[in-house]
Amino acid sequence: MKMVMAYIRHEAFEPIRADLLVKGFPSLSVSEVKGSGRQKGITERYRGAELTNYLRPKVKIECVVAAGDVRTVVDTILVHARTGGVGDGKVFVLPVEEAYRVRTGEAGEEILQAHASDAQE
Amino acid sequence: MRALQAAAGVDAGDTAWMLAATALVLLMTPALGLFYAGLVREKNTLNTFMMCVAALSVATICFALVGYSLAFDGDGSLVGGLGHVFLQGVGFEPRDGTTIPHLLFFAFQTTFCIITTALVSGAVVERMRFGPFLIFAALWSILVYSVLAHWAFGGGWLQAGGTLDFAGGIPVEMGSGFSALAAALVVGARKDYGRQALLPHNAMYVLVGAGLLWFGWFGFNGGSGFGANDASVLAFVNTLLTPAAALLVWFVLDLLRGRQVTAIGAATAIIVGCVAITPAGGFISPGWALVLGGLAALPSYAVIVWRTRTRVDETLDVLAAHGIAGLTGIVFIGVVAQMSWNGVSDGLLYGNAEQLGSQLLAVLAAPAYAFGATYALLRIIGAFTALRGPDRDEAVGMDIIHHGEEAYVRGEGAILITPEGSVEDELAAVGPGSR
Repeated sequence: MKMVMAYIRHEAFEPIRADLLVKGFPSLSVSEVKGSGRQKGITERYRGAELTNYLRPKVKIECVVAAGDVRTVVDTILVHARTGGVGDGKVFVLPVEEAYRVRTGEAGEEILQAHASDAQE
Repeated sequence: MRALQAAAGVDAGDTAWMLAATALVLLMTPALGLFYAGLVREKNTLNTFMMCVAALSVATICFALVGYSLAFDGDGSLVGGLGHVFLQGVGFEPRDGTTIPHLLFFAFQTTFCIITTALVSGAVVERMRFGPFLIFAALWSILVYSVLAHWAFGGGWLQAGGTLDFAGGIPVEMGSGFSALAAALVVGARKDYGRQALLPHNAMYVLVGAGLLWFGWFGFNGGSGFGANDASVLAFVNTLLTPAAALLVWFVLDLLRGRQVTAIGAATAIIVGCVAITPAGGFISPGWALVLGGLAALPSYAVIVWRTRTRVDETLDVLAAHGIAGLTGIVFIGVVAQMSWNGVSDGLLYGNAEQLGSQLLAVLAAPAYAFGATYALLRIIGAFTALRGPDRDEAVGMDIIHHGEEAYVRGEGAILITPEGSVEDELAAVGPGSR
């Protein structure tokens, strides 16, 4: 099991979510984050005070999948998140040791993504 | 001494009320800014409000320099004269047909031009560049608003032909609504429109904005009798009644459609009610004003539901809330106007079918001119400069791209850039009380 953790531009999220859904990966977490990297800061002005904000807003996606699915998920993210400009973001893949479904206590890879049978809710 | 007396023919009471009414109408533009800003996404909050602020400047200047003259000098058929350009001849003596100083009459009319220009921005928010919008606002206030105001208020062909419009169903409501449709078509849809849910970011702004608009509307309609007189009182009271009825019917429509009464729907209903009574305020009885509120909710609701299913990104539904509701109000006058209430004319139900004909003429002419002129104007501006920026700008948001500010700034990660100066200067700049 692996966790794919991606930091991307806001506008890239919706296409990625839609594409992952189609490919059978509906389960993911999203958070609004701020971070700094090589992308240059935003210059702002407030009442004469000029400042540069180096923290740029990004969207963070976390998606835990079976090891064999990592390539598909990462490629999907890369395709939609890439504009070619500085600030497109980064994707990390982390090992995951165990996984449990809270509702039933089931464990293991089979809980990772919703299956057709329990996708009703 | 001039300061101690009013010019002959000026009534102190009328003037006092119109001074207050003018201030009330001015408040409507920042109120509209709140209403609009709440309806857009967080990243476009300031830009949306700033389009209204832009109208406060640009429309005021243009109306003072040229627009007022085109609207209110002489009774030419299509457009007024140039006699009042740069406010020539606009002084303390009463404006013809009123008992208030001409200067005050001008100020009152200017606030109408401002809010109408600001209204049109609702069609192009979240994507139109700020610079081209300033040019558009300036030219629109002269070429579209002032012309329609002349037709309806300044002795132009509609008014001369007997069309009744108490407070601006023609220039303000139909003018902005149908111009908004044209603007949305020329500028085009937001890049995410129809693909992502583009939600209002702050429903509270929308409600507060609608409430302040309603408050200001008492000056808008209640001042359109140009004095403390029967027509103003009737319009004032009707401005209370019509939105109340529109709200109730909107509640019912919301319930039927989704089993819940929505807050943003309610805010919209207040606007629709205020708009519908705008042309009819001083012409119909309070009873009919209640009926009008209920009636006007129906077509506007339908257009909002229908519009969101189309590819036309007329973003904040200026057409439905203003164009269609204004049209409803204009037609309604032709049906239920009562001489016994307005002292001017009866409508169809009271034996004067001709009035309805005059009203329908306005319904054909005003939207056609507003749509056509706005479409052409934006096409011409667009030939000289891009009306919108690259998709990347739209993704970042108009606030940062055009204003270098954010509405909800938190300051984390921000580093102050100090001009070359002493250490004391830098310390003072980061110390308390510096921003």
